[in-house]
Amino acid sequence: MKLFFIVFLNGLTLASLYFITACGFTLIFGLMRTVNMAHGVLLLLGAYIGYEVVEMTGFWVLGIIAGGLSCALVGAFLQAFILGRYQGDELRQTLITIAISIILADFLLWAWGGLTYQISLPEMLQGGIRLPLLNVGYSVVRLTLIGMAIVVGVLLWLLIAKTKLGIIIRAGVDDREMLQALGFEIKKIFIIVFAMGAALAGMAGVIFGSALSISPGTDIQFLLSSLVVVIVGGMGSVGGAALGALLIGLAEQYGLAYAPTYGVVFTFLIMVTVLAFRPQGILGRAEQ
Amino acid sequence: MSRTLLLIVVILIILPAFISDFWLNQILTRSIILGIAALSLTFLTTYLGVVSFAQITLAGVAGYTIAYFSPNTTGLGIELPWLFAVALALLFSTLAGAFVGAIAKKSVGIYSIMITLAISMAFFYFTRQNYSIFNGWTGFSGITAPVAFGVSLEDSLVFYYATLLSATAAGYLVVKFTSSPLGLAVQGVKDAARRVRAIGIPTTPVIIAAYAFSGFIAGMSGVLNVWQQERISSFSVGLGPTIDLLIIAVIGGMRHPLGAFIGAITYVLIDTFVIDLFSRDRFNMIIGLVLLFIVMAAPQGILGSFLSAQKRIRKYDNNAIKRKIKNDCEI
Amino acid sequence: MIVKFKKIILVGAVAIACLSQPILAADKIKIGVISILEGAFASLGQDGVRGAELAFKEAGGKVAGMDVEIIVMSSDASPDSAVNAARKLIDHDNVDIIIGPLSGSEGIALRDLSKGNKGVTFVNGSSAAQDATFREGSDNFFRFGGDGAQWMAGVGTYAFEELGYKKVAVVAEDYSFPYTQVLGFMSEYCAAGGRVPKKFWTPIGTKDYSSVVYSIPDDVDAIFVALGGADAVNFLTQYDQAGGDKPIIGGTITIDQSILDSKGPFKKLLIGAPAGTPTVSDYEGKEWKEFTASYLSNFPEGMTSPTIFAHHYYMAGKAVLLGLEQVDGDLSNQHKALRASLNNLEFVTPTGGTMRLDENRNGIIDNFVTEVYEREDGSLGNRVLKLVSNVNQTMGQDPTAFRAIGAVSRENPSCP
Repeated sequence: MKLFFIVFLNGLTLASLYFITACGFTLIFGLMRTVNMAHGVLLLLGAYIGYEVVEMTGFWVLGIIAGGLSCALVGAFLQAFILGRYQGDELRQTLITIAISIILADFLLWAWGGLTYQISLPEMLQGGIRLPLLNVGYSVVRLTLIGMAIVVGVLLWLLIAKTKLGIIIRAGVDDREMLQALGFEIKKIFIIVFAMGAALAGMAGVIFGSALSISPGTDIQFLLSSLVVVIVGGMGSVGGAALGALLIGLAEQYGLAYAPTYGVVFTFLIMVTVLAFRPQGILGRAEQ
Repeated sequence: MSRTLLLIVVILIILPAFISDFWLNQILTRSIILGIAALSLTFLTTYLGVVSFAQITLAGVAGYTIAYFSPNTTGLGIELPWLFAVALALLFSTLAGAFVGAIAKKSVGIYSIMITLAISMAFFYFTRQNYSIFNGWTGFSGITAPVAFGVSLEDSLVFYYATLLSATAAGYLVVKFTSSPLGLAVQGVKDAARRVRAIGIPTTPVIIAAYAFSGFIAGMSGVLNVWQQERISSFSVGLGPTIDLLIIAVIGGMRHPLGAFIGAITYVLIDTFVIDLFSRDRFNMIIGLVLLFIVMAAPQGILGSFLSAQKRIRKYDNNAIKRKIKNDCEI
Repeated sequence: MIVKFKKIILVGAVAIACLSQPILAADKIKIGVISILEGAFASLGQDGVRGAELAFKEAGGKVAGMDVEIIVMSSDASPDSAVNAARKLIDHDNVDIIIGPLSGSEGIALRDLSKGNKGVTFVNGSSAAQDATFREGSDNFFRFGGDGAQWMAGVGTYAFEELGYKKVAVVAEDYSFPYTQVLGFMSEYCAAGGRVPKKFWTPIGTKDYSSVVYSIPDDVDAIFVALGGADAVNFLTQYDQAGGDKPIIGGTITIDQSILDSKGPFKKLLIGAPAGTPTVSDYEGKEWKEFTASYLSNFPEGMTSPTIFAHHYYMAGKAVLLGLEQVDGDLSNQHKALRASLNNLEFVTPTGGTMRLDENRNGIIDNFVTEVYEREDGSLGNRVLKLVSNVNQTMGQDPTAFRAIGAVSRENPSCP
C-alpha cells in the first residue's frame, strides 16, 4: 500500500515535468497549427546551454534563463526565416521541423558528444527529505517540480486570459484571417509565440537535466512524450496538456512499478484508445 | 511516361550483367525493397491524403511472420512451407493495415501522422519487450530465403529478379487499384468525404480498405526485406526506419508510383557512398539537409521536379518549333 | 571541422600512406573495423576504433611485409546496421578480415553472417553476448576476450564472502548483455550461498526509475546494478535523492571509465563500489602502463585512459596482426592457415595475462574485481581488489552442467 502512494507521488512529479515540457508544444500548435517535431531537440539544446552556464557561473537560475533565452532565439529564427514562409501548409511545416530536428540533434551530438550530463542543483534542492506519514526519503527537486508546474500553468493561464497578447492569441486560434484583416501583424505574433514555446522547451530541458539527466536520445523520448501528452489531452489546450501529463505520468510510473515489462507500451495504448474514440483528444476541440 | 517506364524496366532487367554483386545486393535490391515500402506510403498520401508512420510496422508484421514460420536460430516459431508463410505474412500485414485504418479512420493531415506514429511506437516497444513471439531486443536471425520452384532465392541474381518482379507487381496493383471503383471512392473520400457519403457510399469501409491495401504492399516489402537481411529485430520497426521511409517518400516525390523508388535509390546511394565524402558519423546531418532542401525547394520531390522541368522544356521546344515554322513561312 | 572529418574517414596514417602510392592488391591486407560511431554510443565506439588502430600503428602499419589498409564502418548498435556495415566491407571493399562489433546483439548477428562468408575472418571487438560463441558458434568467428559472464568473475564470491552480503537485489537493463552479466554474478553468488530475491529488468533508455527505487525490498544487503550510460546515471541519481543507502555492486559497463568521466553529483554514490571488469583504467601492471602510454601518445584527443572498448578492439587487432605474421600473410584456401594459427595463438594482453582461445574460439581471460576510488585530483578511477586468472566461458564449472542451465533470460538463472 505504501508503494501505491509513493508511485502516485512519482507519477504526479513526472506529470509535472511532462506538463512543463508539453506546454510549449501545445501553445505553438494551438495558435499556428504547427506540429513542432523539433520540440525535443530544442529541449536538449536548452539543457546543454543551461549546463554550460551553470558550470560557468554556479547559478542554477541563470542556467534556466540562458536555456530558455537561447531556445527562444533559435525558435524565433526558425519561425521568421523558415517555417513562417509555409504558414498554412501544415504537412510541409511538419516535415521541415523533422528535418531540422535531425540536423540539430546531430549538431548537438557533435558539439557535446555522447556523454551523460547532469546539471548541478542549488544546495537547497539537492538530496532528499523524509516524507511524513509514508516515512520514506523523497527527492526535494521532484517535489519542487510540482510547484514549478503550477507556476508555469498559472503564468500561462494569466498570459492567455488577462493580457493583450493573450487576447490576440485567443482570437488568432479562433479566426486567423479575421485577425489579419483587422490589421494585426500576424507574422510578428507568430514569431513571438513560437519563441515563447521554444523558450518553455529550453527551460524544461534545464529542469529535466537537473532532476534526471540528459544525453543524446533524450530529445526523441521527450518529443514522443510531449506528443502523447498533448494528443491525449487535446492539442492546443493548456488544460488538456495538464490532464494528458497526469494520465501519462501516472500510467508510466504504475507500469514501471507493477508491470515493468510492458510499462512502456501502456502510454501508447492509452493514446491509441483515446484517439480512436476522440480524435481531437479529451479536452480538444473537434477538427474542422 | 509509360514508354519511359518500359525503358526503365528493360534497363533494370539487363543491368545485373554489368554490375558487381555489391551493387546488385546492397544498392539495387535494397533500394527496390525500400521502394516498395515507400510506395505503400505514397499511395496513402496521394490517394487518401494521410501521411502514415505505420508502414514500417506493417512491413514488420509481415517480416516477423516470415521469421516465426521459417527455420531460424532462435528456437522460436513453427516451420511452415514457404508459400504458406508468405501467404500468412501478407494476410497479417493486410489485416494489420485494416486495423490501423480502423483506429485512424477519423484522422487526416497532421493528426494522421501522430496517431500512426503512436501505433508504430507501441508496436516497436511491444516487440522489444516480448520474448515469447518476437524474441525481444535481439529478434530473429539465421532466416534464409527459400528454394522456390526449384531455384534458390538465396542466389543474389535470382533474388534481384524476384524483387524486381514484386516491385512491378506492386506498382501495377497500385495503378489498377486507384482506377478501380474502390480506388475512385478512396480518392473521393480524400477530396470530398461528405459528398461521397451523400451518394450513399459509407466512408469508413473505404478508408479501412485503403489502409488494408497499403498493408498488403508494405507486407510485400517486409517479406523481401527479411529474406534479404536474413534477420529481423525490434530495431527493424523502430523510429529510425520509420522516419527513413518518410524521408524516402518525400525525396522521391509522392505523386507517381515511380517516385518511391527514385527516393529509395537516392537514399541508399547517400547512405552508402556520399557519406564517405564527409564522415560516417555526420550521416544524419547530411540526410537532414537533403530532406530540408527537398521540402523547401522541391516539395514534389525529385520525380515531381523532373516532370515539371520536362514539361517546361517541352513547352519551350514547342515554342521553338512554332517560331521556326513562322520564320520558314516568312521566307 | 574539416580536419575532424578527414581524420575519421581515412583512418590512421596507415591508410593515407596507402593512398599516396599505387599498390598491387596482393601486397595489401584489407581490414574492416565495425564500431558504433553514431548516436549515444558514439564516443565509446570511437574509442574502440582507436584501440584497433593502435595495434597496427604500433607495428608501423605493416604486417608480414604487407601494407595494412583499415576501413572503418559505423553501426548504430542495432544488429541490422552491423550486418549492413559488414556486407559493405565484404562485397564492396573486399576486406579480408573484419574486426568488430561493439555490442552484444550485433555480435550474434555477425556470427550468423560469418557462416555464409567463409572467405572472411571475423574477429569480435567488444561484443560480449554469451551465445556469440557458446551456442551455434561459427568457425570463422573468433573472440579474443570474454563474454559478459566472464567479466563478472570473482564478484559474486567477493560480495558474499568478503563483504558479507547475504541478499542482493538486481536492477538491470532488459536485453542480452545484462542477462549475461547477471548470469556471471549469480552463478558464483548463488553457489556461495547468496540469495537474489528480486530482479528488476528495466527497458533500456528508462529515464525515471523512482518507482523501481521504492520497490527495492528493505531486507537486501546490496543492489547489483547492471545499467549502462545514461541509465546508470539516472538510476543512481534517483536512488541517491530518495535517500537510498544500500551499497552498490556494479556491472561491467556501470563503472567503466566513460561513466566515471561523466559529469554530475551522482558519482559520490559509486565510491567504494565493487565491480567486475576485464579493464581497469588505473591498473598498476607494467603492460597496462605501457599500453596506456602508447594510447595517450597516439591519441592525445582520446579519453583520460583507454576504455574497455579500446582495450578489446586492441586485443582483436593484436590477434589479427600476430596471426598474419605467423602465417606470413597467407590467406589462401579460405584463410585456413590463419584460422589454425588464431586457434592456437597465445599473447600477452595489456593487463599482463596470457590470451588464448577455448574450443569455442572464445577467450580465456583474466578478470578483475575492482573498487571505485577518488583520485587526488578529484576524478574517479577504478583500482584492483583482486585478480581472477584463467576464467573460461563456463566460469570454471563443469561444461555440461553449465550448458544445462540453458540460455540466459529474465528468469534464468534464479535463486530467490
